[in-house]
Amino acid sequence: SQGQRNLEGYVGFANLPNQVYRKSVKRGFEFTLMVVGESGLGKSTLINSLFLTDLYSKDYPGPSLRIKKTVQVEQSKVLVKEGGVQLTLTIVDTPGFGDAVDNSNCWQPVINYIDSKCEDFLNAESRVNRRLMPDNRVHCCLYFIAPSGHGLKPLDIEFMKRLHDKVNVIPLIAKADTLTPEECQLFKKQIMKEIQEHKIQIYEFPDIEDDEDSKLIRKIKERMPLAVVGSNVVIEVNGKKVRGRQYPWGVAEVENGEHCDFTVLRNMLIRTHMQDLKDVTNNVHYENYRSRKLAAVTCNGGVDTSKTKNQMTRSPLAQMEEERREHVMKMKKMETEMEQVFEMKVKEKKQKLKDSEAELERRHEQMKKNLEAQYKELEEKKRHHEEEKSNWEAQQRILEQQKLDASKTMEKNKKKGKIF
Amino acid sequence: MAATEIARQAGEGARAVPLAGHVGFDSMPDQLVNKSVNHGFCFNILCVGETGLGKSTLMDTLFNTKFEGEPTQHNQPGVQLKSNTYELQESNVRLKLTVVNTVGFGDQINKEDSYKSIVEFIDTQFEAYLQEELKIKRTLHSYHDTRIHACLYFIAPTGHSLKSLDLVTMKKLDSKVNIIPIIAKSDAISKSELTKFKIKITSELVSNGVQIYQFPTDDETVAEINSTMNGHLPFAVVGSTEEVKIGNKMVKARQYPWGTVQVENENHCDFVKLREMLIRVNMEDLREQTHTRHYELYRRCKLEEMGFKDTDPDCKPFSLQETYEAKRNEFMGDLQKKEEEMRQMFVQRVKEKEAELKEAEKELHEKFDRLKKLHQDEKKKLEDKKKSLDDELNGFKQKKTAAELLQSQAQQAGGSTTLKRDKERKNFF
Repeated sequence: SQGQRNLEGYVGFANLPNQVYRKSVKRGFEFTLMVVGESGLGKSTLINSLFLTDLYSKDYPGPSLRIKKTVQVEQSKVLVKEGGVQLTLTIVDTPGFGDAVDNSNCWQPVINYIDSKCEDFLNAESRVNRRLMPDNRVHCCLYFIAPSGHGLKPLDIEFMKRLHDKVNVIPLIAKADTLTPEECQLFKKQIMKEIQEHKIQIYEFPDIEDDEDSKLIRKIKERMPLAVVGSNVVIEVNGKKVRGRQYPWGVAEVENGEHCDFTVLRNMLIRTHMQDLKDVTNNVHYENYRSRKLAAVTCNGGVDTSKTKNQMTRSPLAQMEEERREHVMKMKKMETEMEQVFEMKVKEKKQKLKDSEAELERRHEQMKKNLEAQYKELEEKKRHHEEEKSNWEAQQRILEQQKLDASKTMEKNKKKGKIF
Repeated sequence: MAATEIARQAGEGARAVPLAGHVGFDSMPDQLVNKSVNHGFCFNILCVGETGLGKSTLMDTLFNTKFEGEPTQHNQPGVQLKSNTYELQESNVRLKLTVVNTVGFGDQINKEDSYKSIVEFIDTQFEAYLQEELKIKRTLHSYHDTRIHACLYFIAPTGHSLKSLDLVTMKKLDSKVNIIPIIAKSDAISKSELTKFKIKITSELVSNGVQIYQFPTDDETVAEINSTMNGHLPFAVVGSTEEVKIGNKMVKARQYPWGTVQVENENHCDFVKLREMLIRVNMEDLREQTHTRHYELYRRCKLEEMGFKDTDPDCKPFSLQETYEAKRNEFMGDLQKKEEEMRQMFVQRVKEKEAELKEAEKELHEKFDRLKKLHQDEKKKLEDKKKSLDDELNGFKQKKTAAELLQSQAQQAGGSTTLKRDKERKNFF
């Protein structure tokens, strides 16, 4: 990277944002909003007020009117258009939530729903052939707190604790027109205190770069959790037609900032932070789900060792490649070891054989030599004997001859009369 | 930028409801745009073309800045790819621009493998993205995307037709990258020649089945201009960073004795059209096509190569976990089998060797048995001989003893005679 460059003259990529704008309008937008809370907290009315439409109506009754024995998670999809922009809005509600006598685990179906949408997305993302990747993940969860004025209920705490790391949770004080401003202030303070105590991480409308807005946002953070009022009825107040709730003592106006925080909610949820809610869902909550899921599959239960940490930075495919490489090396090592052992044993045996061959050779040689020696001795003896024999025979012959000569001479002498 | 905005059927299964007022979600495109602007954009261009076709100059002209300090060395064998990244800013838009140049393309005598290093480079960028995408802990939203979004293919201004190197290379690249062919240094061609040249090039591309990038016509806002421009392809461009005074303005131009070629004059060349299409109108589309078409194709092929499929023979779609586990089990089974095979092989060898050695041992023993027998025979023979000698000796001894006895007897008798004689003789003296 060569650092910032100043361009001389207009190039044109400043038009990129327009290109992005154009394409996004063509594509259209999606948003999935979940509403959770006990029956009768005005959830359906609020949704209708937020989107200025009869999402919930006689034909499509709200969750409180759909009595269920167990907690259900149900969705309804609507298509809305405004200013050329198309939005596919999915509202997920949970009829039966918190209405039973024993509400243990009533959050489980909600968790299951959120996880299953993440799973669908993960599977779609992991296919070999990826085409349509509809995003049905829950982008935001509005949690309705009953306006008791005291604090959070155990169910509220439990729910938020379990959901805050899976989805963007925005807690709302429902039916805020039953609280006076002071009561509301105290209630909000108490709730935030308890939220902090339990280390619950709610969605906090982060700063979106723009100096003017960031001042506004900081102000808004001080009003959390937002206290809302909803209404499907339009009433005339001082010549203006407003949405509100008519009481004998006056009209609680939905869009009046002094009456409740509805406008804040609407502006934040829809007009400024809708995209951020989707991004946080995609980049944080979904990624957490995904890495947990994949770690469980690749790291054999995700035992936290240094080896596992290493594996996390690799894709499962690369992980398999690594394992394959390790195995090849292991095999090679095993092969050389076996080879060595084999060679050694063979050498041993061969040596033994050689030794015994040498030994036998030696013995044979010795025996041969022994035999040869004996032969030689025999020959010697024989020769000696022959010599002796021939000598003796020669001697005998001589003696015989002498005898013969002597007897001859004696005869002669006898004849000569030399005997005196 | 959310990489999840892949083609979606909007409003599927949804009922349309009217709005009773201004809700405010029409700000969504603005929200999205603001986020993108904050995040910054990135764009990667690959310039493919023979040495001397003015690739670097064109880049400088397009982006109104002097990129490289000095021309690159052309003394390496083969085709090298040199990439440089620049941070540009125009009003509030930050662009991370990467320009990749092919050095030495077309310089070789044998150009059969010229395209290979280019394809390899493109694939490497895809691979890097794929690896990141497949990681367990990944950071896609902050990943610096190095995938090539546009390939400007520089055609030499011969005026006749495409070179075979061009056809071969473009054919190899058209399924991997968005190709925008341009006629380089087109100030060497006259207008009439240019028209013929463009027609020839286009027909050659069509007849060889080369898919070049078409400016999209599905969005009404830009359909008209894009389809008009599609008809002007390939763009005949001239690049220059030198300025010449025309009237009272300084313009980018090339000055010849017979006139001045003005880069930004649409009568002189298609530079403005290229800039308009590449940067001002379709930059985002080029990025999108790279991601949704070229990258997906690469990914699909790569995964299929590794044996991943979407459905099993029973046509039931697998979940990722199942696929992965199945693959892993298969893989582990494979490894175990290999291990077993090796062990078996060794057991076999050991058996064979043992048999061999046993054979040798047996032979040895047989040999020595034979020798032993021979030895026994020899011994026996010796014994016989000994015996006969002994017999002979005994016989001789007996004979000798007998003879000696006789002799001694005779001698005694004769001896006494002789003795007598001698005695007598003696007595005489």
